[in-house]
Amino acid sequence: MNKPFTSKRTSKWISDLVTYILLIAGAAIMTLPFLWMVSTSFKLPANQYSKVIIPNPATLNNFRELFSVQINFPQLFYNSFLISFLVTVGQLLTCSMAAFVFAAVRFRFRNLLFILLLITLMIPTQVTLIPNFILFKYLHLIGTKLPLILPAFWGGAFGTFLLRQYFLTIPRDFLDAARVDGASLVQIYWRIYLPLAKPALAALAIFSFYGAWNDLLHPLVYLPSVPNTTLTVGLAFFQQQMVQGGKFTVLMAGALISILPLVLVFFFAQKQFIEGIALSGLKR
Amino acid sequence: MEYGLKPLGRERFWVVFLLAPTLIGLAFGAIGSVLATIALSFMNWDLFTAPTWAGLKNYVALFTNPAFTKALFNTIKFSAVYVPGVVIASLFVAMLLNRPIRGRAFFRTLYFLPAVTSAVATALVWNMIYGKDTGLLNYLLELAGVQPVCWLCTQNIMFAVVIVNIWGAIGEGMIIFLAGLTAIPRDYYEAATVDGANGFQQFFRITLPLLTPSIFFLTLIATINAFQAYDYIYMLTRRGQGDSSFPVVVFSIYRNAWNFFNYGGASAQAIELAIIVALLMGFYFWLERRYVVYE
Repeated sequence: MNKPFTSKRTSKWISDLVTYILLIAGAAIMTLPFLWMVSTSFKLPANQYSKVIIPNPATLNNFRELFSVQINFPQLFYNSFLISFLVTVGQLLTCSMAAFVFAAVRFRFRNLLFILLLITLMIPTQVTLIPNFILFKYLHLIGTKLPLILPAFWGGAFGTFLLRQYFLTIPRDFLDAARVDGASLVQIYWRIYLPLAKPALAALAIFSFYGAWNDLLHPLVYLPSVPNTTLTVGLAFFQQQMVQGGKFTVLMAGALISILPLVLVFFFAQKQFIEGIALSGLKR
Repeated sequence: MEYGLKPLGRERFWVVFLLAPTLIGLAFGAIGSVLATIALSFMNWDLFTAPTWAGLKNYVALFTNPAFTKALFNTIKFSAVYVPGVVIASLFVAMLLNRPIRGRAFFRTLYFLPAVTSAVATALVWNMIYGKDTGLLNYLLELAGVQPVCWLCTQNIMFAVVIVNIWGAIGEGMIIFLAGLTAIPRDYYEAATVDGANGFQQFFRITLPLLTPSIFFLTLIATINAFQAYDYIYMLTRRGQGDSSFPVVVFSIYRNAWNFFNYGGASAQAIELAIIVALLMGFYFWLERRYVVYE
């Protein structure tokens, strides 16, 4: 009786050890680029390729240089923030409106319309990019932030789908009870559905903000010139200058500042991220 | 299945109001744009002079212009390695993190980090890691006695780019698989253990079949992402004159439209991309009906 028990414990111990070794090795690969980014951003430009992880001597000059007139990092940061914020507002508002109708209102062609919306999920963005660009060019909006913000205010398949799935989990009795009390559709949407769907709204807010903040292709098309552009386009633009000028350290400082706010939010709002992905993936 | 409330009288107006942004988006942003791109693909237009009818010229170019065929070939090559790579790597990480060990949440956070950071910012570091003479990777390889490799040269560039793209996508894939794994009832494994099935048998007979919905979903997402992959590739393969050492279709679309003002050709490439993705989706859904197990 005793022997198999011991061998089972030993094998559990060995497989735990192997799991840890693999997980740590993987974690090293996943985090090395971030460690290297932090490390390089505190190095002197002369030591930009040194292979030590703790900079010696360490300097803050790379961060100071971000504020110089040529780079104008604060402007890029502000642009990215404004665009991402308004995109998030637009998505939360318009996706939740449509999602409420798809989840709680009976009308003709509802399923047809919803399926049509889901099909648009599979349209590559590149297909819509060219006509949208031409449209915005004729409206003289190229070089402004509007082409990046406006489309967020005409809904979106992903956000609508995500919120509808969540809305469907709200018990039918809530609807009927509100109806008996004489609440209108808009009141039910605003007073009952939105407050109850906070987790899903948080997930959509995170996805929208991160998507807009990290987007490269659209700002490259609509806001191609520094400093009236986003962090991503700015960093891509400065890459060529900085590498030639031997200032990889400044570039790393910029990269670090550009990811820092979102990484911090991620550490505090992990639950929303992870539930959001699971929510979009599992309930079909 | 009819569910939900019937709108009363004037409430029909509010239904339309709530749906209006989405309807506008559907009409202009999606359907209108696709139709416009199809129309543009049959035209010559540089946006400065009036458009002229091109007939099938742009589509013939897709198969005859070496730059276009190379871009398509690169995209297909990239996707063929990237999609299985993401699925297998994410499944592997999820299996490890699904074991009852300490520090799971901590590891999960670390593995998810690339998914929340911009590809532009992290690609800058990857450029430093991949550098031939000054790069970190070659430095580490040298310590192990390996000759320096030119990672960003033509012969290795696809490998280098695929690695970074998978690195950036593991976080999301891992979460999808972890959610799928927790949905598998524990008693299946207990019953299998009683019947004497070992770990491998349990993985292939229980875990894998019951994970097919997650595998299907991730394959779908990974494929859509693969054909639209741009950020890492743009940042890692850019060369002096604005061309790329690994031009994919999205890169070619951007370059044709915004550097060469060939909006017709770029539109034809966009349609090409959409058709390939649509065909693959159709194929996946056909596979789903045959092989995906829903409980």
